[in-house]
This record gives sequence, C-alpha cells and structure tokens, in this order.
Amino acid sequence: MNSTGYTLDEVGKIQARTAVGNTPLIELRNITALARRYAAPGRGARIFAKDEAANPSGSFKARRAACAVAHAKKLGYKGVMAATSGNYGAAVASQAAMQGMECIVVQECYDSRGVGQPEIIEKARKCEAYGAEVVQLSVGPELFYSYLTIMQETGYFNASLYSPFGIAGVETLGYEIATQCREMVGRDPDMVVCTNAGGGMITGTARGLIKAGSPHTTMVAASIDLVGLHMASDSQFNKKSCTTGHTGFGVPYATDPDHSDTPRSAARSLRYMDRYVTVKQGEVFYCTEMLANLEGLERGPAGNTALAAAFSLAQEMPEDGVLVISETEYTGAGKHIQPQLSFARDNGIEILFGDPATEDKVGVNIVLPKDPGHIKHQEADITRFRQSLIKKACARAGVATPTPQDLVFLAEETKTDVDFVKATLGPTAD
Amino acid sequence: MATKGDWVRIHSIVLTAAERTAKIPEDTQRCDLQQWTKGFLQDESAAVGDTVTVKTAANRRVRGTLIEEGPYYTHSYGTFVPEIIEIDKQPRALMWEGK
Repeated sequence: MNSTGYTLDEVGKIQARTAVGNTPLIELRNITALARRYAAPGRGARIFAKDEAANPSGSFKARRAACAVAHAKKLGYKGVMAATSGNYGAAVASQAAMQGMECIVVQECYDSRGVGQPEIIEKARKCEAYGAEVVQLSVGPELFYSYLTIMQETGYFNASLYSPFGIAGVETLGYEIATQCREMVGRDPDMVVCTNAGGGMITGTARGLIKAGSPHTTMVAASIDLVGLHMASDSQFNKKSCTTGHTGFGVPYATDPDHSDTPRSAARSLRYMDRYVTVKQGEVFYCTEMLANLEGLERGPAGNTALAAAFSLAQEMPEDGVLVISETEYTGAGKHIQPQLSFARDNGIEILFGDPATEDKVGVNIVLPKDPGHIKHQEADITRFRQSLIKKACARAGVATPTPQDLVFLAEETKTDVDFVKATLGPTAD
Repeated sequence: MATKGDWVRIHSIVLTAAERTAKIPEDTQRCDLQQWTKGFLQDESAAVGDTVTVKTAANRRVRGTLIEEGPYYTHSYGTFVPEIIEIDKQPRALMWEGK
C-alpha cells in the first residue's frame, strides 16, 4: 500500500477536486426504532448510513476511481480501463470524463442467449452516458483475456479495482466515518458493516478508521448468501438477482485475494475483518423498501446488503451503541428492486413471504421476510476462511515449511496470531 | 441499411467453445465467448449480418457482425410485482399505526 506515494491527505485533495467524498452520514432513526422492537430491552444500537450515493457517479466506487485516474493522467496516459460489471465502471468513466481521458469498461453482462442482467445493462448505460466505450461479454472468466488484449492494443492505464490506488481511495471513507461520528455523537463507531464482494470496501474503510485513530471498531463484512450458484455458470448467471455483494465474490476474494487483474491485490479483507455475516436476497430487497418507506431514501439494492445485516446486528448491541453502514448506492432502471424481482420471476424464480433463514433456496426462490423480525443475519465461519487463506497461500507459494517471517505475514493476513497459523498448518509449520 | 458514420452495435466471437479455458463449468464450456460493442460505422454502407468495422467511443477500430442500427436501451423498472406493495405497507404500519 505504501507504493501509491499518496498520503491520506493527498488522496482527500485529489477526491475533493472532483467532488468525490465528504458524503453525508445519515442517522436512520426510524429503522433504529423498528429494530429495537425486535431486540431485548436496552438493546438496539443507533444505525447510521454513509450516503455514498451522493458521489458523482452514484457510489463509493468514485473514491476508488479518483486516485487511479488522476495518477494515470499524471503519468501521461491517454485513457484508462476497468474490468467490472459493477458501479466501478461508471466511477472510472465519470472520472475519465472529468480528466478529459478516454475510457473503456469491459463487463460480463449476458448469458449465451444474449439475455443480460438488468442491473449490469443499466451500468453499461451509465458508462456510456459518461462517454466511455463499453465492451460486453458473455459469461466466463476469460473476460480478463479480452481485457488484457484491449489493454495491449490501446496502451491504456489499468485502473484496476484492486490496485493500491483504488484502496487508498477508500481510506478516506473510513476516515470520514470516524470524524463524522465524533462530530455527531461524540464518539467512535462501535461497529462498521461493509457490503462485501472483492474486499476493497472493508479493507479501505478499516484502514481509514485506523488512520483516524479508531482501531477498535468492529469490522463486519456482509454478503448475500448465494452459496451453491457457480459464478462462471452460463445457465446460472441469470438465476441470481443481485450482481455483486454476494458470497460468490466475497468468499473467494477473502480467502485468495490474488486472483484478479493485478499480480498482488491491495484488497485483503481478512486482514481487517472481525466478523463475516450473510443475509438472504429477500432480506436485502425488503430492507431496500424499508429504507425508502421509513427514511425517505430510495437507494440501490446491492448496497443495502449491509443494511439488512445491520438491522439484525444492531439488536445484539446496547442502545447507546453506534453502528455505521459504510455505503448506499444510486438506483435506476434495471438497478432497482422492481425490475430485479420481475426479472427473477421471468427466470422461474418463486417469490414468496416467509422465513428467509429456513426457506431460502438459492436459484429457486426469493423469500421476503414475513415481518422485520425475520431479518436475521447468519454468522459465517470466519475461522474456516482464515484457515483456507493460510493453506491456499502456502500451496500457491509452494511452501511446505514456512519461515518465521512467513508465519508473521500469514498471521497479519488473517488478523490472527502465529499460534493460529501453526495450528492451521499442522506439525510441518514448526 | 446503415451508412458510414451511423451509430451501430456489433457482435463477435472472441473464443469458440473449443478454445475456452478448462476451468469453467460444463454448461459454459459448451458456449462461445461472445462480445458486443458499439461505434460509428466505418464501411460505406452495411446491412444487419454484414461484417463491418466500427470506431468506438474510445476511438478504437473494432470488427464484428452488424446486429443493430441505432441501438438503444430497453431496460426498465420491470413489470408489476405485487409483493413490493406489501413490503411498502408493512414497516409503515408497524411504525405509525395507532399513533
């Protein structure tokens, strides 16, 4: 991360030049009050949301793009590129527009029949609105082959989501959360919940909180539970209703960060994560409407993964506790609960009210909670993810007997200690 | 019929099914890797189905099969989902009814 050559202060200045960051921190008073109805007496922390939809491109990804695009401009590149089906494409395109640069966004968008995810199509439209070229592909990891081929042809800067520039851009988010909490409630947040996919959000936010002098905030990653759907499956591509923030990205990237478009990813979520929780698609959709109807904030569904988790997590905490959701995102045609649910129904997914925890079947149904009391996060096994990272890292490096430095590194990688790493690797580690 | 300078959408096969990586599910392996992009037609004139060259928004020249003239977006807010009305009512009722 030191390789960016930019301090937190400098990153803040770069972002301020393009109106990125300094987004409002909004207290969700009505949602907090509703959550307390389902909590034990004296429980139910105050829930706040960082309104990242207020960024120029409509999501926190503007922070990630600002630094990378400014750096590309400084180095004299004519254009920038990003491989993403998410909000990041719009963020890079928006930044490129402001810097007078060309932009190409490569996205996985369609199944083999040419049926596209409404949410991804909307993101393509937004990229084009900012003047970018959008290259769309059918399902498959060879997207990176196309991406690198175009990069070679154009010589454009790889504004990867996973570069240190991207993560440095998110640090300002964590820093702002800490300073805004101090201003609004006179203390640091007890818990920050981050919607988790590639791991950049939680990595950058936690680093920003640490830089702001708030190292003890509990960092919770939240993903939609899509366990069972294969992310590279053509026939399952349109069986999911949220295109990001789900376990299909969250878990592989947490346990093996270095499999993106950079040799070494700066998004290393297990270094900063204290807990990993999952919620169901139906709970996220319900909370999206709850946010609109109780707080008057209509925001995109994917960012509300953390909100669904927070509604339930807040009930564990004392009433004077402070819980912050690290983002909201813009909403629009395609990228909205209604087209996502009607698209699901068109794809044979059953939509019903019930108990998501027991009735949800990924790729078969979407279970909307029959009342807010049925919004319940599930605790994922973070110990297993940590063990998985340690084993994969050793296997990848071909290390049978790790050195003392290796052990310390792996302990830092997993927010554990050397004894945990040794116990994971067994007798060969000693 | 599109003429030179018209904004069109093109399609191409990047990898045939046989050329794809082994590390993907079988259903995906059976499909070609397809690509779509848009740009200004560089040929004097062309019809849907012709192989053409376009100049993209990023000023890149790309070849492919012309599939759409004047492409536009049709994604929407979807069709009526009655469950959404129910979700909208419930938290409001829980919070405000009887107050």
